Amino acid sequence: MVGKIFKDFSLLSAILILVILVAIFGILYSYASDAIHTFGWDFLTTTTWQPGEDDDGGIFGGYIPIVGTLLATLIAMLIAVPIAMGIAIFLTEVAHPLLIKPVSIAIELLAAIPSIIYGMWGLFYFAPIIQQSFGGSGVGLLTAGIVLAIMIVPFMSAITKDAMNTTPGVLKESAYAMGATKFEVIKDVIMPYSKTAIIGSVILALGRALGETMAVAFLIGSIVKLPSKVTDPTTSIPVLLANNFAEAQDLELSSMFYLALILFAVSFIIISFAKFYFLGRKR
Amino acid sequence: MENKDVMRAEDLCFTYPNAPKPTLKSINLPIEKNKITALIGPSGCGKSTLLRAFNRIHDLYPGLKYEGKILLQNENGNMDNILELKKETDLVKLRQRVGMIFQKPTPFPMSIYDNVAYGLRLAGVSNKDELDGKIEKALQGAAIWNEVKDRLRSSAMGLSGGQQQRLCIARAVALKPDVLLFDEPTSALDPISTGAIEELIAELRSEVSIAIVTHNMQQASRLSDYTAFMYLGDLIEFNKTKKIFTNPSEKMTEDYITGRFG
Repeated sequence: MVGKIFKDFSLLSAILILVILVAIFGILYSYASDAIHTFGWDFLTTTTWQPGEDDDGGIFGGYIPIVGTLLATLIAMLIAVPIAMGIAIFLTEVAHPLLIKPVSIAIELLAAIPSIIYGMWGLFYFAPIIQQSFGGSGVGLLTAGIVLAIMIVPFMSAITKDAMNTTPGVLKESAYAMGATKFEVIKDVIMPYSKTAIIGSVILALGRALGETMAVAFLIGSIVKLPSKVTDPTTSIPVLLANNFAEAQDLELSSMFYLALILFAVSFIIISFAKFYFLGRKR
Repeated sequence: MENKDVMRAEDLCFTYPNAPKPTLKSINLPIEKNKITALIGPSGCGKSTLLRAFNRIHDLYPGLKYEGKILLQNENGNMDNILELKKETDLVKLRQRVGMIFQKPTPFPMSIYDNVAYGLRLAGVSNKDELDGKIEKALQGAAIWNEVKDRLRSSAMGLSGGQQQRLCIARAVALKPDVLLFDEPTSALDPISTGAIEELIAELRSEVSIAIVTHNMQQASRLSDYTAFMYLGDLIEFNKTKKIFTNPSEKMTEDYITGRFG
């Protein structure tokens, strides 16, 4: 009897997750349907975000926030991937045993800092530095990308470190026993061995960077304008949503749901891809 | 007598990091040229530790301590103390001269060809024809050429355990080492694969000097020319294998090989 209740309860919980997922998708779609009917696929290539007179109609396109999201994420990944790999290699192969623990803890603490703190730190401390070094107004793609990179590095290096630690010791030893140097063992044994997990961690970090709202809202400039250089301010999907929700009505609101739907789909695709990558490795 | 030994441990003591007592206590052991020397003894006696000192693979982990000497014959016939090597490049050269085969087969996650080519490339061989020739010769030497010649480009992970172990031997042989160290090379294999590996080790004797750690008493008696019996970090007895297995001088050796303890 208790067993049956427990079984039903866990089944219900499992179904609930599926229901929530489908429900979110369904609600996003139904709210967005107005905009989808009005703009169709052109929404993806339209660069205007212009409400009409008296909050009636208007032309809304997702091109700029979509490009902004992708560019900020790209900058973040370009910076974060090499640094995270470096940290992981240092912690698995190079660091003195006494150093591994404090650095690992520091990484976990970095990962635990709420994103708004990164945003404030970025805006008041880091943006002026970018302004002095690269020009521009301080806030913009580059600033957002760099701070995003700092935010995803801990997560990525932690997963990569764990993956590298699973390389069997005897495999490393046998490479050393053939006269490999430490660098050659890292390059030829550890990296290939943990390749799938590394790619998986990169993809999960990518998913996080795409959806990050608060820190980017502080740093990207929040202007619906196509950037012509990396220091230019622009906007991203989550930032545009967060900034405009309070005033938006009718078609603009619906367009924002359309944008949200696009972000949802992109993140969903990326995360599923990462999951299958992980599962594919275990089978 | 001097020139017959390719390697020799002299008063070798070895202590693991943070261990209160040394694991090896003043070991004196010769490895004679083109002979097979077996190291036997119960678990924890230090036989693997001794083997792993011979190519300084211990040094991958910090905090350990050697005392005494391990001598290795150089090209001029003189004996160098390998415990004096400090630079990574010198250790790399040492390990190219003193190869090692592990308990479990350890193919790298790459093709069969690249597995054998790996050590050669590290040693600076880059000419394609030279590589091809050396790889074929090494695979033939390890008696696996006929089984893999049609699939050199496929992953080494697809081979059976016994084939993987022979591939690892080919990989080590390709470097033309002076000494090969085998650390229980057949303990993870089935009897047929074990037979093939033993046959191979016996044949390799003409090219290379061999030290083998084994738990299998029959293997030691079948395969080796000399046998060393170790117990709790001491070398109890070292002699011709025949003598050790028929008429050991120490009571403890006799007890161990007759299965009374261990």
